[in-house]
Amino acid sequence: MFKGIMEWVDERLPVTELIKSQATEYPTPKNLNYWWNFGSLALFVLIIQLVTGIFLAMHYKPDAALAFDSVEHIMRDVNWGWLLRYLHANGATAFFVMIYIHILRGMYYGSHRKPREILWWFGVIIFFALMGTAFMGYVLPWGQMSYWGAAVITNLVSALPVVGQDLVVWVWGGFAVGDPTLNRFFALHFLLPFVVFGLVILHMWALHAVHSNNPDGIDLEEKDTIPFHPYFTIKDLYGVGVFLIVFCAFVFYNPNFFLEPDNYIQADPMKTPAHIVPEWYFLPFYAVLRSIDFLGTMSKLVGVIAMGAAIAILFILPFLDRSPVRSFRYRPISRALFWIFVVDCFVLGWVGYNPADATVFGGMPIIYVGRTATAIYFSYFALLWLVTALKVEKPQPVPKSL
Amino acid sequence: MVTQQDDNRRDFLILATSAVGAVGVAGAVWPFIRSWSPSADVLAQATTEVNLSNIQEGQMITVPWQGKPVFILHRSPDQIAAAKKDDAETMRQPEKDADRVKDEKWLVVLALCTHLGCVPQPVGTGDYGGFLCPCHGSHYDTSGRIRKGPAPENLPVPHHEFKDANTLVIGKAVG
Ligand code: HEM
Ligand code: FES
Repeated sequence: MFKGIMEWVDERLPVTELIKSQATEYPTPKNLNYWWNFGSLALFVLIIQLVTGIFLAMHYKPDAALAFDSVEHIMRDVNWGWLLRYLHANGATAFFVMIYIHILRGMYYGSHRKPREILWWFGVIIFFALMGTAFMGYVLPWGQMSYWGAAVITNLVSALPVVGQDLVVWVWGGFAVGDPTLNRFFALHFLLPFVVFGLVILHMWALHAVHSNNPDGIDLEEKDTIPFHPYFTIKDLYGVGVFLIVFCAFVFYNPNFFLEPDNYIQADPMKTPAHIVPEWYFLPFYAVLRSIDFLGTMSKLVGVIAMGAAIAILFILPFLDRSPVRSFRYRPISRALFWIFVVDCFVLGWVGYNPADATVFGGMPIIYVGRTATAIYFSYFALLWLVTALKVEKPQPVPKSL
Repeated sequence: MVTQQDDNRRDFLILATSAVGAVGVAGAVWPFIRSWSPSADVLAQATTEVNLSNIQEGQMITVPWQGKPVFILHRSPDQIAAAKKDDAETMRQPEKDADRVKDEKWLVVLALCTHLGCVPQPVGTGDYGGFLCPCHGSHYDTSGRIRKGPAPENLPVPHHEFKDANTLVIGKAVG
């Protein structure tokens, strides 16, 4: 019966053929390690965000006078509303954990190198869209952090020469962050995740056109691959299980761990909280922004440019790396640089978390740490190019096949 | 057979069609872009009237104007003297205190840090007897001038007039 129906469909739309070639029998490298789980995990979290988000939107009110109370209404009165919101708020955090690991995996194993540049670019665009989505989502509960986070970030626009001031008024729809801002952010926060979903499809298309990279970073032969199903369906499912254990531990036992207490105070345009911190996933970039403070009136603009460049530099990464070998497994210098880079990102995050005028290690202004860490961040890309372009690094022998 | 002349004609037609199309799209996009600009009701909230009679010397209040906070400080003789004395200091954006007030007893400034728009804390919190912005540590003096920290400019002085001895009007009516 089912077979008969499928035959009828397949004659008209080759569904079975697509599932076979792109999913069940899709050839996958047999040596993929667990770092390759994070792509499917990111997709899993995107689906959590879409489902919880749509249901939250059925109770949420995008109006400066009502938004804060409507979120409390979700928390207290709506059946299971607290679960929807905690899943969604912690889902944003989980999304960035997955994406950061996913990106670093690609950087370590050379997954951005030829022929996967377009695949990588779609990834970077998804990352940008994700940051925009999370930023606007965080504004919606209309707490003090929502409001002042939005004020500080939208004010970055005003750093642009000539048009900056007019542009930021245009973004606000008023003379400060206010009701029109909240309303448009809600519309965009609803829309962008679906744009991300579309970008994910393009990302997958680009992946399936060139196939997965692997931990050895070598081009594989037919014999080195195994069908996606059942080997990777089960492995990805196992990853989802492990993820859910950790995720649920936060959602059910410490749901406010990543949320700021100040955000449970309603937005007050007349009063800034004593210490504004962005969500953890923006901290390293926030630290880069603040580290540029030594250029007088140019500081703001250059800070904004540096912050954008810190992410946009990922676009040209595939061309910066000139080594004949993809995977850092066989590249000792690149590997060392990579780990310095990872530690540096944590240092930047810590600097971003602290007040700008904090002092550390007995009296040193933290800004010096921030400047150094910012310099190291960009040096990673410069050095990676230097050691590979000038052939300073001698890669170890690479296997011909698995 | 396609001649050279046909080819030229086609090139011209494609170009002309694209140009008209591009102008049409640009025209159609305009209303969408403009829909983001402040609407008529937002623009209508152009002025705020404030009763000054209850503000004691040395005290300040924060009032909303166009959705933005404005500090109104009833300056004490000490605060006025401090602001005047510092006219001689080197500053990021040099301005005389006298050019920033209409009546030296009253300082009226937009309470949005020129760095990234946080509201500075009340008078007396900053290093120069003035306002400290908590976000990234900018210090403004008792004339609202930037003295220390990342902010590039002085706190702006909005257009304001004293309607009578006790009534201040902030902003200018539009239209
Ligand atoms: C890329 C996926 C998404 C991310 C990263 C994301 C992120 C966020 C964040 C960080 C918040 C603030 C949470 C809080 O502190 O309360 C939020 C709130 C919200 N989001 Fe999303 N979101 C996503 C997708 C969606 C979708 C698809 C919808 C609806 C179609 C949606 C609707 C909402 C609503 C209504 C709120 C306000 C309620 C609340 O604050 O919990 N989100 N989102
Ligand atoms: S916003 Fe005031 S110092 Fe940055």
